[in-house]
Amino acid sequence: MSGVSPTVPSLSGVAKRGGQSPASLDSPVKIAVDRLNFYYGEKRALDGISIQIRSNLVTAFIGPSGCGKSTFLRTLNRMNDIIPGTRVEGTVEIDNQPVYDSSLDVVALRRRVGMVFQKSNPFPKSIFENVAYGLRINGLTTSKVEMADRVEESLRQAAIWEEVKDRLHDSALALSGGQQQRLCIARALAIRPEILLMDEPASALDPIATQRIEELIYDLRKTYTIVIVTHNMQQAARVSDFTAFFWLGRLVEFDRTDKMFTAPAEKLTEDYVTGRCG
Amino acid sequence: MSTRTLEWIIERLLFLCAALSVLTTAGIIAVLAFETYEFLHEVPVLEFLTGTEWTPLFANQRFGVLPLVVGTMLVSSIAMVVALPMGLLAAIYLSEYAPSGFRRIIKPVLEILAGVPTVVYGYFALTFVTPLLQQFLPSLSGFNALSPGLVMGLMILPLVSSLSEDAMRAVPRGLREGSYALGATRMQTALKVVVPAAFSGITAAFILAVSRAIGETMIVAIAAGQQPRLTANPFVPIETMTAYIVQVSLGDTPQGTIEYRTIFAVGMLLFLMTFGLNLVSTWLRQRFREEYA
Repeated sequence: MSGVSPTVPSLSGVAKRGGQSPASLDSPVKIAVDRLNFYYGEKRALDGISIQIRSNLVTAFIGPSGCGKSTFLRTLNRMNDIIPGTRVEGTVEIDNQPVYDSSLDVVALRRRVGMVFQKSNPFPKSIFENVAYGLRINGLTTSKVEMADRVEESLRQAAIWEEVKDRLHDSALALSGGQQQRLCIARALAIRPEILLMDEPASALDPIATQRIEELIYDLRKTYTIVIVTHNMQQAARVSDFTAFFWLGRLVEFDRTDKMFTAPAEKLTEDYVTGRCG
Repeated sequence: MSTRTLEWIIERLLFLCAALSVLTTAGIIAVLAFETYEFLHEVPVLEFLTGTEWTPLFANQRFGVLPLVVGTMLVSSIAMVVALPMGLLAAIYLSEYAPSGFRRIIKPVLEILAGVPTVVYGYFALTFVTPLLQQFLPSLSGFNALSPGLVMGLMILPLVSSLSEDAMRAVPRGLREGSYALGATRMQTALKVVVPAAFSGITAAFILAVSRAIGETMIVAIAAGQQPRLTANPFVPIETMTAYIVQVSLGDTPQGTIEYRTIFAVGMLLFLMTFGLNLVSTWLRQRFREEYA
């Protein structure tokens, strides 16, 4: 895992990116989760998760495969609703509004909580239409000019505009893997969510494409609250302000990223981040 | 006998079995082609394809196949008007809405519809649907294009819904999740992401259904009448290509006469139409498979 690219800092170099540390690590709480249990049928996949995720920071979820970190991410925008036989206990609140309240409009929730998936999933439409999709279905704009402006703005935010501006009407499926993933980020940004959930967004990409995604995450944090699931501990160390370590469906430790990687409180966390287990 | 000889015999036997069906098809096409060739010796191909009167069994013989083609198109169109929207909606329901347990039951039940003998559908059209429709549409003849068209639509509905559903289910789950994550409803996801992504597969299903409707025989032979006429009016008796072939085959038309050869010419035309449609359908489905390989 280490040394994938010469620009990757070593674990000891986790001390934040050359003085660009965020203004504040105690920004207001955006997402508050209290004693959350999650079941696939009879199987309990998450066990008593409580966590508070702060706004305009990057929070990374790390842990071995099957530890529940992706499942947990998907409870935050109720993406698990579409899987039959799943059940949730406990509470998730975004800006103090309960997410699992029966009166909550799931469509409105997902508009506020965007998501980028592990495997890039552009629609088999043109590049332009992929980004415009969220605007169209939510009726966010009917003006052609505004539509084009917002598509461009989103593509710029996702750092892919220069590469695609001359072929906006070509199929999105013709793009490379890294470009497709940045297009999916642009698509998620187009409806201007407040929170961006990223489920291993770079796991299928090469080191250079990965680096671009990471730089992008760093920039996007100014505007969005970002939660990223990653297998890659160096990536968590590089991009996040807070890190949560999951193990067998439980949240073992949650703290500032620099602390998690240099002086974790739990022995299990230390073993995992130093590669002695998992 | 040595193992090698036995293997040799088995291989040849299996080859013969495979060859038999190919040869039969080739034989059918050869007979169609030969008789059509003989027919076209007596009737110019232009007159056959563009003539507007079809009276080979009357004293005043005319060999314009258009009334039969139009009759076929009329009934098939009515069938497609029923089968396409309903089949597509059923497929959307089965693929995007139905709980998986329910789908496992309902899909085979729907496919049983395709197993009902077409003669049953034919009498269903003639003795049930037509009298029923006549209560609302007094001008409807006892034989007409409307009623067999509707019933035929019902018959090919399972074909459309089943094949369309297969195509929609082959769309990766990630695309649906991408759409839901942007705040799309199920209907928006189904209509704007899943159906367009499955478009070539759904089109292939539609074309196969059209081909099936064009070739369908019993329903129209029983309920549509035997009057070749060039009309778009679904209320009056007409005759389709298939029904004409049945009519002549069942009658006492002597072999080798021009009247007898007409059925091969009509059959050849029918074969070319359905064969062309099937080719397009296969090509589309192949393209679809490549998209999500």
